Amino acid sequence: MTLLHWATISPLLLAILIPFLYKYLRSVHTGWFVLALPLVLFFYFIRFLPETSDGGVIEQTVNWVPSLDINFTVFIDGLSLLFALLITGIGSLVVLYSIYYLSKTKEQLHNFYVYLLMFMGAMLGVVLSDNLIVLYAFWELTSLASSLLISYWYHRKKSTYGAQKSMLITVFGGFAMLGGFSLLYVMTGTFSIREIIGNVDTTSSLFIPAMLLVLLGAFTKSAQFPFHIWLPDAMEAPTPVSAYLHSATMVKAGIYLVARLTPVFGGVPEWFWLLSGFGIVTLFWGSLSAVRQKDLKSILAFSTVSQLGLIMCLLGLGSASLYFGAGTDTTMYTTATLAAVFHLINHATFKGSLFMTAGIIDHETGTRDIRKLGGLMTIMPVTFTISLIGTASMAGLPPFNGFLSKEMFFTGVLNATELEIFNMKTFGLLFPVLAWVASIFTFVYCMILFFKTFTGEFKKENYDKHVHEAPFGMLISPIVLGSLVVVFGFFPNLLSYTLIEPAMNAILPTVLGPDEQFYVNIYHWHGFNTELFMTIGVILFGTFIYLMMKKWAKLEIYLRERDPLNKVYDGSLVLLASGSHTITASFMRGSIRQYLIYIFSFMVLFIGYMLFKLNAITFTGEGSAPITFHETTLALIMCIAAITVAFARTRLTAIISLGAVGYSLALFFVLFRAPDLALTQMVIETVSTVLFLLCFYHLPVFKEKFEKVPFRLTNLVVSIGVGALVTIFAISAHYSKSFESLASFFVDASYKEAGGKNMVNVILVDFRGFDTLFEILVLGIAAVGIYSMIKLRLQKEGS
Amino acid sequence: MFGFQLFDTILLISLAILAISLLGSIYRIIKGPSPSDRIVALDTVGINMIAIVAVSSILLRTSAFLEVILLVGVLAFIGTVAFAKFIERGVVLDRDRDQ
Repeated sequence: MTLLHWATISPLLLAILIPFLYKYLRSVHTGWFVLALPLVLFFYFIRFLPETSDGGVIEQTVNWVPSLDINFTVFIDGLSLLFALLITGIGSLVVLYSIYYLSKTKEQLHNFYVYLLMFMGAMLGVVLSDNLIVLYAFWELTSLASSLLISYWYHRKKSTYGAQKSMLITVFGGFAMLGGFSLLYVMTGTFSIREIIGNVDTTSSLFIPAMLLVLLGAFTKSAQFPFHIWLPDAMEAPTPVSAYLHSATMVKAGIYLVARLTPVFGGVPEWFWLLSGFGIVTLFWGSLSAVRQKDLKSILAFSTVSQLGLIMCLLGLGSASLYFGAGTDTTMYTTATLAAVFHLINHATFKGSLFMTAGIIDHETGTRDIRKLGGLMTIMPVTFTISLIGTASMAGLPPFNGFLSKEMFFTGVLNATELEIFNMKTFGLLFPVLAWVASIFTFVYCMILFFKTFTGEFKKENYDKHVHEAPFGMLISPIVLGSLVVVFGFFPNLLSYTLIEPAMNAILPTVLGPDEQFYVNIYHWHGFNTELFMTIGVILFGTFIYLMMKKWAKLEIYLRERDPLNKVYDGSLVLLASGSHTITASFMRGSIRQYLIYIFSFMVLFIGYMLFKLNAITFTGEGSAPITFHETTLALIMCIAAITVAFARTRLTAIISLGAVGYSLALFFVLFRAPDLALTQMVIETVSTVLFLLCFYHLPVFKEKFEKVPFRLTNLVVSIGVGALVTIFAISAHYSKSFESLASFFVDASYKEAGGKNMVNVILVDFRGFDTLFEILVLGIAAVGIYSMIKLRLQKEGS
Repeated sequence: MFGFQLFDTILLISLAILAISLLGSIYRIIKGPSPSDRIVALDTVGINMIAIVAVSSILLRTSAFLEVILLVGVLAFIGTVAFAKFIERGVVLDRDRDQ
C-alpha cells in the first residue's frame, strides 16, 4: 500500500471514525472534521499536475487477487487527475456548504457524513483505478452511497421512492457493465485498462456486445436518455448532495468511463453513433423538459441531464478522430473532445454553484417553487449575483466560461457535418439543428430560472418565514465556484495545458504523432463565423420565447411536469410485480398433489427423453435367470395385493393389502436367498402396519368418509408413466452392465480378512460400517423427533 | 440323481400348492366381508408363509431361514392378538391404569 492507495481509500477510513466523532464531540459540527480530508486530498492531487501536464503517468499496484488478475492499481494521467481534482475540490466546497446547510441539532449528521465520505472514496476509486473489476466494485459503491444519500430523510415517501429508482436503474446499468468488462477480459485476457487498449480486437464477435453492455452502464449512471428519469427524482436528497453527486461527480462517472474507454472502443461507427446519437437526444430532451419544470431543483436536474447529453455527444463526435489515427490533420475532429473536457469542468463549476444557490433560496425562503418566488434581487444580493453568473454561463453568454464551451460545441457539431465517414453525409445535418434548438431551450430555462426567482414583485404572503440573505459561511462555496466561472471565462488558457491537454491525451492517445501536441487555445473572439451567428440566434429566439411566455405557458405540455418516461418505469415495475405474482400464483397453488405431478412429470419427460435420445433402451435378455413357477405365483400375489391397495374401498383393506405386499416381499427375499433381509422385512412390515392402523384409528370422525380413491386421468397417466419409466430404466440398466460387480471380493474376504461367515453382516458392520453408523443416527433422530412431536404438542395443549 | 430330482419336484409341487392357498387367503383378505374374516385370513397367510419358507429352505438346501420361520410364527401370533384386542376394545395398548 503506497501513499496513493491510502489517499484513495482515506475517505472510507475516515467514514469509520465519523460516528465516534459525532457521538463524543457533540459541541462541534461534525462537518468540520470531514472538511480537512478533501482539502488535504485536493492539494495532494494538485502536486501531480506538473507531472501529468508533461505527459507523465503515475502507476502503483497493490496485489489484491493476483491469481484472478484483480489488483488495486492506482493510475493517474490527465483524465483521472482532472476527475480527482473535481471530486476533492468540489467535495471540500460541498462539505463546507453542508456545515451551514444542515443543522447540528436537528439532523443526523453522522449518517450524512458517513455516506458522503463513502461516496467520495468510491468516486476516487472509480476514477483512479486501472483495474476494471476494482473500478466496478467502487462503481457499485457509488450507487449504494448515492441511494443512501437520496433517502437521507428516509421518513419521506418521495425520498425512498427516488432512492429506490436510482438504485434500480444504476445497479441495472452497473450489472450490465460488469458483463461488458467480463467480455473485455475474454477478448484480451486482462482486466487492466491500459493493457486492454491496443489488445482489443475490433473484429471480434464479442466487441459489439461488450461495447453495448459497457455503454448501458455509462448511460444509466450519467442519466442519458431514456435512463435519465432517476435524476429528477434524486432531487429529494439534501441540496449539498444534489450539488455534489447529481451535478458534479457521480453523474460524470459515466462520462469518465466513456472517455476512459474511448481508446478501446473508439474509431468504429457504432461507438460514434451511439454516443453522439444518445447524447444529442438527451441534450434535446433534457433542455425541453427543463423548461416545463416549476421547481428550482427540478429545472437544474433536467438541465444537468441535458448538459451531460451535450458532453456525451461531444465525446462521441471526438472519437471519430481515432478512425483516422496519427498523422492526418485532426484538429477538426479533436475540437469536439476539447469542448467535452472543457465543458465538463465548466459544468461542474456553474452547476455546483447554481445548486448551492437553489439550496440557499430553499433554506431562506422555505420554498423552491418558481410560481411563489420572485423579487429576491434586493433581498439576497449575493445569491443574486452568483445566480446571475451561473445562469449566464449555463445559457452560454459571454464573457463566462459557458460561452466558450458552447461555441466549441457548435464548432464540433458543425465539423461533424463535414465528416465523410459513418454515413455522416446523410444524417450529419441533424446534429447542428438539434443542438441549436436545444440551446434555445437551454437559454429559455436559464431565463426562467433567473428572472422568476429574482425579478418581479416580492410577495410576503408566499413565504413562511422571514426572508433574508444567507449567512456568510453558506455563501463561501458558491462564491468560490462563481469566481471560478468568471476566472475560467476570462482566462480559459489557465486550464489549457495543465488539465485539458493531458486529459485529451488520455482520451485520444493514438491520434498524435510522436512529437505533436494538441492545439488547445481557447479564446473569445473567433471572428464573424457560423458559431457566433448561431449564438446570436439562440439569444434572440430565446428572449423572444421567454417574452411570449404568457402565450405558451397555458399549453398542456408546459403544465405537465412529470417526464412521460416515468409512466413507462412505474408501469413496468407494477407489471413486473403483478406479472411475477400471476406467474407464481399460477403454479404455486400450495397443493402438494400438484407439486408431485410437476415433479413426476418432469422426471418422466426428462429421463424418458434422455433415454430415447441417447438410444439407451436395451432389452437383450442376455444372462437372465430362468423363471420358476413359484416365483411367478408369488409375483402374482404381490401384484394382486398392490392393485388392491389402489382400488380398495376402505382404508382398512388398503392397509392390510399393503401389509400383504410387504410380507410377500419378505417371501421374495427368502426365495432369492436373503435371510437377513427377510427377517428385517418381516419385523418392519409388522411394525409399520401397526403404525398405519394407529393412524387409521385416530382419523377425525367428522371427515371420516370411507370413499374409494377418486379417479383422475392426469394421475393415471402420470403414475403409469412413472411405472413404465422406472421399469424400462431398470431393465435397460440391467442389460447394459459395463463392468463386473465387486461381489466376488466380499465373498473372498469376509472370512479371511474380517473373520465373519455372515457376509451381509460383515459388510454392514465391517466393510461399510460408516453407512450403518449413520443409519443408526437416522433412527435415533426419528425416535427423538417422534417423541418430541408428541410431547411438545401435549405441553402446548396443556398450557 | 433321480431321487433328488423327484424330491425337488415334490417340493416344487408343494410350494405351488402353498402359493395357491396363499392366493386363496389373499382373496379372503380382499373380499372380507368382516374385519374378523380378514384377520383370520391374515393369520392363515402367516402360517402359509411359515410353510413356504420351510419348503423353500429345503429346496435351497440351507438352514439360514429357520429364524424366519420362528419370527413369522411369533409375528403372526402377536399380530393376530393385537388385531383381536383392537376389535374387542378399540385400543391395542392400554394406558397405565394409575393415570
